[in-house]
Amino acid sequence: MNSSKSPYYTPEHEAYRESLRRWVATEIEPYADQWDEEGTFPRELYRKAAQIGLIPMGYPEEYGGIPADLFYLIIGAQELARAGAGGVSASLLSHTIGTPPIVRGGSPELKARVLPGILSGEKISALAITEPSGGSDVANLRTRAVRDGDHYVVNGSKTFITSGMRADYYTVAVRTGGPGRDGISLLLIERDRPGFSRTALERKMGWWASDTATLYFEDCRVPVGNLLGEENRGFRLIMENFNQERIFLAAGCNGFSRVCYEEALNYARQRHTFGRPLAEHQVVRHKLVDMLMRINATQAYLESLAWRIEQGERPIADVCLLKNQATLTMEFCAREAVQIFGGAGYLRGNKVERIYREVRVNAIGGGAEEIMRDLAARQLGI
Amino acid sequence: MKILVPVKRVVDYNVKIRVKPDGSGVDTANVKMSMNPFDEIAVEEAIRLKEAGVASEVVAVSCGVAQCQETLRAAMAMGADRGILVQTDVELQPLAVAKLLKAVVEKEQPGLVIAGKQAIDDDANQTGQMLAALLGWPQATFASKVVVTDGKLTVTREVDGGLETLELPLPAVITTDLRLNEPRFATLPNIMKAKKKPIDTLTPEALGVDVTPRLATLKVEEPPKRKAGVMVGSVDELIEKLRNEAKVI
Repeated sequence: MNSSKSPYYTPEHEAYRESLRRWVATEIEPYADQWDEEGTFPRELYRKAAQIGLIPMGYPEEYGGIPADLFYLIIGAQELARAGAGGVSASLLSHTIGTPPIVRGGSPELKARVLPGILSGEKISALAITEPSGGSDVANLRTRAVRDGDHYVVNGSKTFITSGMRADYYTVAVRTGGPGRDGISLLLIERDRPGFSRTALERKMGWWASDTATLYFEDCRVPVGNLLGEENRGFRLIMENFNQERIFLAAGCNGFSRVCYEEALNYARQRHTFGRPLAEHQVVRHKLVDMLMRINATQAYLESLAWRIEQGERPIADVCLLKNQATLTMEFCAREAVQIFGGAGYLRGNKVERIYREVRVNAIGGGAEEIMRDLAARQLGI
Repeated sequence: MKILVPVKRVVDYNVKIRVKPDGSGVDTANVKMSMNPFDEIAVEEAIRLKEAGVASEVVAVSCGVAQCQETLRAAMAMGADRGILVQTDVELQPLAVAKLLKAVVEKEQPGLVIAGKQAIDDDANQTGQMLAALLGWPQATFASKVVVTDGKLTVTREVDGGLETLELPLPAVITTDLRLNEPRFATLPNIMKAKKKPIDTLTPEALGVDVTPRLATLKVEEPPKRKAGVMVGSVDELIEKLRNEAKVI
């Protein structure tokens, strides 16, 4: 964020942050309210985001990606967050959760067929894990894929799927074997496969601009070449994927917290009560510095963790704790920002009101706070 | 054809300018610096001419302190092929910059120079014109449209009465107006590529140019603070105030 003196960011990182900041201010921010009210955003934005480098960054060059370290991803998530439009961020970058398993587990033919389209913004990639019967309990998912010749026949359903309506490629967790984690595989399922249908989940608390859906598979035949990784070894791929998703989510959340702080600070300087700007009342200025304290702590945790991951560590417990730190900070900052805005923060059409409504989805999606605590405790041997 | 684009490092347009307490100038310590926006338009136009096959190379040149390298990198991240830094810690005024650019032009032999019409720090609006005069080249300032055909340049300018169209032989100097184009965003691959593009560093001494300032700044002051408004009770009172206080009617 304010990183000119940071050991983590090079002049190229800074140049990219600056370019992205202007891009977001031009291409997203002016339309954020409108797109949220309309419940969608133009598909063209995927192509634009690919051009500026947001979509291909961090992926292999041979498929149209741009190799980039985690700090570029943090910059991407946090600059995008400046528009205060979580729904746009979530759908526009749904490939950050849908595509890594394709890169890690897809056959060379599959990768050559689907990755260039995704990384150029022509095609949309989504991840489908959660089912109507359960989300956090991945090991017990029920969607079945039964081998039949050179196809799998998939039956079951998935829900709360981001980019669920518009995606072209779905990375779907299915049960290919017995009960528990050792019976799970990941399959890439294209949107036009017979037996695959979707319904939109339109009435949400937040993320209105994002297309969330329930997916149905009825005798949907998927070629075995679409298997990602080995059969019955999908659980590990899913868990590895979660680690990156959580770093990315935490970065975005702290970006939204920062927006809350900046919006509240501007408002508190302009708005006068009892003959003084709000910011000069102790009760309000203390709210502002409490927000900043939590934001700075979260950012420091995020960046030091990203650095450790770049060095090759797999700090799973810390990633869980970071995610909670980030969503709790966002919850605090959204609350205090709306309090500072008062009635104006209760009206639709401003960033802090929208971010307030998008706190919960971050605290639930990508690993609920409760699951994060438990996983961290288990990892730490507590 | 080679195009030379001078780019200036200035205080970012978003920064609220503060005057130094001693009135000696503007405070630039810990202030965000960026490429002059009119120069971004110049870089964009040069890159478009290269993409259209009219130009073969775009060279960005910046005069000033070592950090002007960042401005050159920004130009190269947009698409300029290489950079030239004329490095000096001396305060540079338009005539000195024009002389430095003339020396660079003589060294590089470009077919066209595209400069911003003015920089947003001192708003001098002189360097492009001085450069053209020193070189004895034709000039077209405040360009809103640039067309190159068969070694000839057609430039549309926004003037008070409407649009003026000039035809110039090459080589020539153009300065850009705001509506010439919308500069592109630097993409991640291009930012990474820019890191590897070469920057040549020269000095005024090596170019044989004396850059000693000819003008002295006596004092810099904040503009007067705007006074609070008054509510007038009636139209008569308004007219009275406009006539006797503001003395505008």
